[in-house]
Amino acid sequence: MESALLIHRLHFAFTATFHYLFPQLTMGLALLIVVLKTIALRRNDRVYDEAARFWAKIFGINFVLGVVTGIPMEFQFGTNWSVFSRFAGGVIGQTLAMEGMFAFFLESAFLGLFLYGEKRLSPKAHWLSAVAVFVGSWLSGYFIIATDAFMQHPVGYFTASDGSLQLYSFWDFVLNRWALWQYAHNMSGAAITGAFIMTAVGAFYLLAGKWTEHARIFVKVGIVAGCLFSILQVFPTGDRQGKMVTDSQPATLAAMEGLFQGQSSAPLVIMGQPNDQQGKIDNPLQVPGMLSMLTYRRWTAQVRGLDSFPKQDWPGNIPLLYYSYHIMVGLGTFFIAVMVVAAFLLWRGKVFTSRWMLWILMLSAPFPYIANTAGWMTAELGRQPWLVYGLMRTEDGYSKSVSAGNGMFTLLGFMGMYMVLGILGLFLLRREIEHGPVATDFHPATEVK
Amino acid sequence: MASIWFWIVAVMVTVYVVLDGFDLGAGAIYLIAAKTDEERRRVLRSIGPVWDGNEVWLLAAGGTLYFAFPQLYASSFSGFYLPLMMVLWLLMLRAIGIEFRAHIDSPVWQQFFDVVFAVSSILLCIFLGAALGNVVRGVPLDATGYFFEPLWTDFKLGPQTGILDWYTVLTGVVALVTLTAHGSHYVALKTDQDLGRRARGFALLLWPVQFFLTCISLVATYFIRPEVMENYGKHSIGLLVPIVVFASLGVMLWATPKGKETIAFVASSLYITGMLVGAAFALYPVVLPARDHQYDLTIYNTSAGIHGLTVGLIWWSLGAILALAYFVFVYRMFRGKVEPGEGHY
Repeated sequence: MESALLIHRLHFAFTATFHYLFPQLTMGLALLIVVLKTIALRRNDRVYDEAARFWAKIFGINFVLGVVTGIPMEFQFGTNWSVFSRFAGGVIGQTLAMEGMFAFFLESAFLGLFLYGEKRLSPKAHWLSAVAVFVGSWLSGYFIIATDAFMQHPVGYFTASDGSLQLYSFWDFVLNRWALWQYAHNMSGAAITGAFIMTAVGAFYLLAGKWTEHARIFVKVGIVAGCLFSILQVFPTGDRQGKMVTDSQPATLAAMEGLFQGQSSAPLVIMGQPNDQQGKIDNPLQVPGMLSMLTYRRWTAQVRGLDSFPKQDWPGNIPLLYYSYHIMVGLGTFFIAVMVVAAFLLWRGKVFTSRWMLWILMLSAPFPYIANTAGWMTAELGRQPWLVYGLMRTEDGYSKSVSAGNGMFTLLGFMGMYMVLGILGLFLLRREIEHGPVATDFHPATEVK
Repeated sequence: MASIWFWIVAVMVTVYVVLDGFDLGAGAIYLIAAKTDEERRRVLRSIGPVWDGNEVWLLAAGGTLYFAFPQLYASSFSGFYLPLMMVLWLLMLRAIGIEFRAHIDSPVWQQFFDVVFAVSSILLCIFLGAALGNVVRGVPLDATGYFFEPLWTDFKLGPQTGILDWYTVLTGVVALVTLTAHGSHYVALKTDQDLGRRARGFALLLWPVQFFLTCISLVATYFIRPEVMENYGKHSIGLLVPIVVFASLGVMLWATPKGKETIAFVASSLYITGMLVGAAFALYPVVLPARDHQYDLTIYNTSAGIHGLTVGLIWWSLGAILALAYFVFVYRMFRGKVEPGEGHY
């Protein structure tokens, strides 16, 4: 791989991966905070209000980190991927500009009110500002997904005389079928992160015997949301996403599944290492016929393998794509298992006292981050070797005028900067969790009936 | 259609500089104007609820630029690669300085965040001014439509320019002084007691420097690019620009010592508007001049397709109305002087 290309790809991959650690929690928590505030408002419940206030503090820290790491993403379209921007900007500029006009303004205007304006606002108005922040952050997600969906599955464009892509149909582009399902899948993933983090903090407090009144709310709301979204994540959103990849990106499907040879009754590989030298899976653990069933809804259906496609159209890094996909699916299955058991215990009224369950819930906190990251890696590595699927190859899209040396300079700069941000963020989050939802001299533990 | 979008982007950039300018300027005087922890927190609370929204104008202007003139976005962002990345780092440091200071109780680390906030604000002012200087001066575009500027070459205006040369350093300093004065007017408006008085003192102190630098920068611009006068010769409406600029300077000189803070702040905003609109007016229809004029990027050779631009006008208008409504609402919510005492920051 040409070194400038590698640097520019790493530059975007690194900054995007780090960035998305924050919005997934922001978007997930935005939803859950609205839930908490709605219950607080309807029942006029002080504890729910305190719970919402606690999560608003976590949200605030996380939001700042999401914003500052998000700005470089917009810039990099021009700085590192200028040839691509020149090629596709006439179309994707629509959604990127709309994100600023509709989502960022809404979010930033109401965030200040939501975080610092509670004393100046009536409870209803404060609830409304929480809803506005939620709507803003979820809208923002849609515009970004719609942009990515165009790169995955370009629609609504025409090729102008200078070779660039221009908008042909606004609605076809904005309501891209790919975008709708990818959005549902992605937002459900964000909600899972929010739910697992909320549950984990609640489980930690319960295990430590601190703030148990609030902790029960965290665990209850977290499990209900976690259970719901873990299931939605697989069906229908994940399933439909898989169908779209099958139909529109068959080479990607073959690489994700590690299917080197096309066959009927194709097996689903659960585990095993892709051996791309010999074109097979080592140490396979597989379910016969299952891949045919999942993709074409018939046990005997023919599934095309990598051998059906010219090698230059294979995704560049097959092992990484294969592992990303399998990690995502494996963790998704794990989430359902954990949350269904937890929901059962919650229903039986036993979850708050089942210490083993609380331990599992607490220790599961990092996994949604890994699953969301692996999911995005599956989508973006799977799109390779294309930058805009079928229209522009990745190697043609980066800024030719920015040398590998200059690219590496800023990549290293971002690595250093993000290391500082990451440490600072973890430190501040730990501090908020340590402080808890209300002052410690309050001794809420003794209040629990 | 492309002309409409040229002016939309120009207005958005102007709004950005007027709004974020005051919180950048507040950062520039932060260390010297606000002495005690209580005063520093008051400065932070005066910009706290709005700085993030102000900065969104930069993002929204960037997004709109990308949408309307993708070719310009591609050429300029890759060409200004290094300074833009540094702007990103400074924006990050600054946001952390403002937002995380309140989360850490230690006075030692608060001093650290104070310096981070002030220094990044000062450097951002200079970068913004130097960026404008680069656009006015022109960049080494060639037939490919791309260029790459190192941070500096020999500080002269040869064919191979760097980001920094004597002219762009000058515009950087003009921006720093202008925005520092702008921030001083804002802090004077939003706070009282010693802090408010000190901010007003800064604004007064900076006035002669601002006046002097304005004159020098206008002469220097004419000296390096005589063609900036062409549009002014063709359209007499352009004469409004120097009138607004110098009238606002006059109003600032009159209003500041009298304690008419609102008038002084509005005048400072008008001054910035005049300077930026004047620059846009001089450039039009060029959006990024090349050192060699045959490679100039103009609204005609950089804009997106006509259908996209037409559709965009519909949603942009809707978005702009909504944004305006939010801003009016938020600024009304947080209107008045910042009271000393408790609160976030």
